[in-house]
Amino acid sequence: MPRHLHALSRRRLLKGLLGTAAAAALPPLDTLAETPRTLTREVPGNDESLPLVGLGSWITFNVGDDPALLESCTGVMAAFFAAGGRLIDSSPMYGSSQATIGHGLSQLGAVDRVYAADKIWTSSPDDGPAQVEASRSHWGVPRFDLLQVHNLVAWEANLDTLLAMKEAGEVRRVGITTSHGRRHENVERIMREAPLDFVQLTYNIVDREAEQRLLPLAREKGLGVIANRPFQQKRLIRRLEDKPLPEWAGKIDAGTWAQFILKFIISHPDVTCAIPATTQVEHVRENLAAAREPLPDADLRRHMADYVQSL
Amino acid sequence: MSEWWTYRLGDFLMFSPRVYERLFVLYNQALWPAQLLALALGGAILFLLLRPGNTGMRLVMVLLGLAWVFVAWTFLWQRYAPVNLMIPYVAPLFVLQTLLLLGLGTLKSKLNLPAHWSVPRSLGSTLFVYALAVHPWVTAFPTSRGLWGAEVIGLTPDPLAIATLGIAAMANPASKAWLLMVVPALWCLISGLTLLALQAPLAWLPPLAVGMALVARLWPRR
Ligand SMILES: NC(=O)c1ccc[n+]([C@@H]2O[C@H](COP(=O)([O-])OP(=O)(O)OC[C@H]3O[C@@H](n4cnc5c(N)ncnc54)[C@H](OP(=O)(O)O)[C@@H]3O)[C@@H](O)[C@H]2O)c1
Repeated sequence: MPRHLHALSRRRLLKGLLGTAAAAALPPLDTLAETPRTLTREVPGNDESLPLVGLGSWITFNVGDDPALLESCTGVMAAFFAAGGRLIDSSPMYGSSQATIGHGLSQLGAVDRVYAADKIWTSSPDDGPAQVEASRSHWGVPRFDLLQVHNLVAWEANLDTLLAMKEAGEVRRVGITTSHGRRHENVERIMREAPLDFVQLTYNIVDREAEQRLLPLAREKGLGVIANRPFQQKRLIRRLEDKPLPEWAGKIDAGTWAQFILKFIISHPDVTCAIPATTQVEHVRENLAAAREPLPDADLRRHMADYVQSL
Repeated sequence: MSEWWTYRLGDFLMFSPRVYERLFVLYNQALWPAQLLALALGGAILFLLLRPGNTGMRLVMVLLGLAWVFVAWTFLWQRYAPVNLMIPYVAPLFVLQTLLLLGLGTLKSKLNLPAHWSVPRSLGSTLFVYALAVHPWVTAFPTSRGLWGAEVIGLTPDPLAIATLGIAAMANPASKAWLLMVVPALWCLISGLTLLALQAPLAWLPPLAVGMALVARLWPRR
């Protein structure tokens, strides 16, 4: 199925945010009309599209009850929504991150805006439904848009739970996750056999194994693909930050290494979105700004990967 | 979990250095001025350790036992567990340590300290003095935490574990003392690994304390 890029109306996304205290920090509507638009991509098999850059929450949003850090995370979420973001990814494995997201959503009045993606993560599948309910209550959303079996933990039974929930209308989409290139053979088998909507895996400019089999298979099966660890948890950025960006990065409006990497990831036609995590408002803005035209074509993508390889 | 070799230490770290630092800062601010009481009680324990006697040693064990359960509840359970999913499995060990200290340290054939100075007694006392008087400074100032981030004996786990190791390292009889060393040593190793994953410069301190306690414990007694 062909995948189309759409410009998302930021005005529409922001409507629900306005009128809340935090929305005062968001840019006024008349300036939004002129700012470039965040690109979205159709989720295959579904009649919905998602912004090409989402938001992860591993480590960055695990801040406990610390009021100052909770407010700082809310600021990151406000900037994320203001820039047109929607999908936030979390897991019961991420400590207090779910509660931090719930805090931010309630402060920002953004429950209707968020595309809530969480996970089931238990080796005792009987506990799965209770775990999902606890996660939902942390987020404060009526139901999740997407629930994924985290790292394939007890995947058969946990996926059964999620599929039954989907059948009952308690979750909209289901998927599986892996990372660091682990268990790709298993992931491939599950993608072939199970009625999934999404697969989440590690894909970035240096971790490209997914290009061989998993991304083409996702296209064939009509699955959405979420790319995690876009910056290898910042290691990739640290590795590159003292190297100069190539002058031709200007052709795709990549002003920083983070944007260079993100543009590489999201320009792959089979990737639905990348989900960088951050603690910084400036970084979330920079990341969302990567989801704008122009994106590299296949030739330039090859050139980008070769260049990073050569450094 | 398969493919263990593909994991790095950092993959198990689920919070940032900023969150870890602020954990101590907010905790100290919430408990102030309890630090003064904790330090005074620590000073009293040191006084008792320098003048070994049966009643004094029993009091030391009671105070230490109470500190372990206090830290388990107020620090581990209430503050640390929300950001570290491993803590609910560790906190019960702190309660077990309380039971061991109260049981082995106060029942009939209780623990005692050697009357004369020796290598084990010097090493054990050094560990205790470090935990009481040096560790708060070491955790406050070479880091960006400042004084509010100091880890104080009786209120936070690292200095409590190091102090307990120091006392158990010099105490007799050996069979009981060894038992009292297990949980503190385990905690020091966990803490060392956590600090290493956080890339904290002083990550080697808690494991070093375990090493010193082992040397003291294994040192031949006359
Ligand atoms: N198995 C799974 O299901 C699985 C596994 C791994 C990850 N995930 C998901 O994928 C998400 C992303 O992966 P990740 O968090 O491991 O790593 P990541 O997104 O590759 O990297 C996060 C780090 O990048 C830094 N960063 C973000 N934007 C930046 C920018 N514009 N410039 C410079 N630095 C920037 C952040 O630091 P600052 O705070 O300083 O910005 C943060 O430390 C996770 O949060 C999680 O939701 C899922």
